Amino acid sequence: MAKFKRDKNERVLSIRDLNISFKTNFGVVRAIRGVRLDLFQGETVAIVGESGSGKSVTVKTMMGILDSNGTIESGSIKYRCFDKDGQLQEFDLAKMPQKEIRYKLCGKHIAMVFQDPMTSLDPTMPIGRQIMEPMIEHGYATKEEAAKRALELLDEVGISEPDKTFKQYPHELSGGMRQRVVIAIALACDPDILICDEPTTALDVTIQAKILEKIKEIQVKKNISVIYITHDLGVVAKVADYVAVMYAGRIVEKGNINEVFYDPRHPYTWGLLSSMPDVDTDSERLFAIPGSPPNLMEEVIGDAFAPRNPYALKIDYREEPPMFDVGGQHRVASWLCDPHAPKVELPEELKVRIAKMKKEAGIND
Amino acid sequence: MTETRKPLLHVEDLKQYFRISRRQVTKAVDGISFDIYEGETYGLVGESGSGKSTTGRAIIRLYDPTGGKIIFDGHDISGRLNKEDASYLRTNMAMIFQDPMACLNPRKKVKEIIAEGLEIHHLCNSQEEIDEKVNNILDKVGLSREQATRFPHQFSGGQRQRVGIARALVMNPKLVIADECISALDVSIQAQVVNLMKDLQDELGTTYLFIAHDLSMVKYISDRIGVMHLGHIVETGTTDEIFENPIHPYTKSLLSAIPHPNPIVEKKRIALTYNKDELGVDYTAGHEHVLSETHKVLATDEEFEKWMKGEI
Repeated sequence: MAKFKRDKNERVLSIRDLNISFKTNFGVVRAIRGVRLDLFQGETVAIVGESGSGKSVTVKTMMGILDSNGTIESGSIKYRCFDKDGQLQEFDLAKMPQKEIRYKLCGKHIAMVFQDPMTSLDPTMPIGRQIMEPMIEHGYATKEEAAKRALELLDEVGISEPDKTFKQYPHELSGGMRQRVVIAIALACDPDILICDEPTTALDVTIQAKILEKIKEIQVKKNISVIYITHDLGVVAKVADYVAVMYAGRIVEKGNINEVFYDPRHPYTWGLLSSMPDVDTDSERLFAIPGSPPNLMEEVIGDAFAPRNPYALKIDYREEPPMFDVGGQHRVASWLCDPHAPKVELPEELKVRIAKMKKEAGIND
Repeated sequence: MTETRKPLLHVEDLKQYFRISRRQVTKAVDGISFDIYEGETYGLVGESGSGKSTTGRAIIRLYDPTGGKIIFDGHDISGRLNKEDASYLRTNMAMIFQDPMACLNPRKKVKEIIAEGLEIHHLCNSQEEIDEKVNNILDKVGLSREQATRFPHQFSGGQRQRVGIARALVMNPKLVIADECISALDVSIQAQVVNLMKDLQDELGTTYLFIAHDLSMVKYISDRIGVMHLGHIVETGTTDEIFENPIHPYTKSLLSAIPHPNPIVEKKRIALTYNKDELGVDYTAGHEHVLSETHKVLATDEEFEKWMKGEI
């Protein structure tokens, strides 16, 4: 399994103008509407959004497991990797047949950890064999080598008695242990990209922290790129280098983690940050974004967030905002960032909160 | 303060065991005691498997408790229920469940779902009265009257949870048990539902038993908190006491596990671990230590001394 080293700043994956729609009995749902995102070597990208915002659909396309009623209408997902001889190869995952992606890339190059560890493990197979399976299947190792490697992997993901766990079945393990096993399986073939789709929502807070720390540790050690999908901004703050906030199938704000958290520009991000319960403040009411997400079955005119946005401008109802460059890696799709737009101040409560966060973090400005 | 207020619910040494096989018994709830006063919100937190949901279900008598006493507003509702107590319990205590899709009958209209309790207990004399009550509660939870004739699948998750709340509140119960009622919802919707529950409490004076695993959300809604672990309440106190001055190492580990949306600080922070066996903590050996009138910790004498000095 000789791997060829990549440079730190090399682009591993680049998504350009991706559009995906689903045919349903009630009409066509435009789930992804022009997503553009890059993933660099060794970097962690977090995609944040509510359910139905299209974050899972984006990564499912990369894995070739898009549901059968979904079609990629346009756009490209360029993935670059080295083949066995060290030749740089480029694949366009949006054009490749799904079967070919699964055969050539899944497991070997791109691996995924799903939300619920119970449904992603085979209940009739011992843990050890499930970890050995991908290695043998992809022809990376013989049975003996695979067994040895499986024990190493179990140790790596923080299971205290690998020998014992190797022979156990999934139902004998606790939720946190199961998720560790799933991560071990994902890492079995040394992938370049690890996709974690809400890896900790099914787990308790105490175990969640441990799992996130473990993934981080492994990532640094192996220099792999990780894509997190989550709706929990606390998790994002802990793990991500780069954040993309999705709403109704579009990325509305993206940037370096510090840019987005300490200087959010999109009203939706404001709403998300203020609706996080804060342990330190004593305010009686929690801020809530009014209304609910739009129905993507209907054509979205203008900014999809406008009806829920107290800062909406007139143009928001007519025209979709482009991505504005607001400095650094920070891009925002909101008309408020247009030079002609009126100056809108952050909500008072969020301002206080960010000031406090900056103070804690030791940033002065 | 405590003497003047009358407990609405008094739970004493509640035990709920489940027999798995002839030899094996799971002690899901193992002798817990607490009081809930009228008009307040009591938050019960703990990891999965700590017995917090079982406690809620045993109190509303979805299970038959193995032992202990539950006094609800002067009525003893533990043991065999007589007809009078049963009907008092069923009309004055209600529950909101975790998964709003699974707890609503998919074949019934929302109006019928909400009115079901009223009909079963014969609380209304005429159809008009039922309609009026249903419409009132729909207004209160922020659903429109036209939506009452729809089916549960036509709603979004947040709206469905509102239906669940409406169903629980339509009979004007004294105590509502909310079992993880926001965990299945999105972050922005969670805030809406929590605010709604708070508003309704101010308006109707309902008492809540709020069960959750997310300590940060519990902080917003609760007046007092009980921390559960493996069937025992290890620490209980007012929200401030728990957050400002946690004594039990398990409470500390729960507090440290809450993720903060502050990237620079959060990246450096490592959550505390709590392992009961490593520390040698035996819940059955400990007894309640009283710090203040409201703040109590379950510990043995030695442990208590050690923890008070800040050691773990």
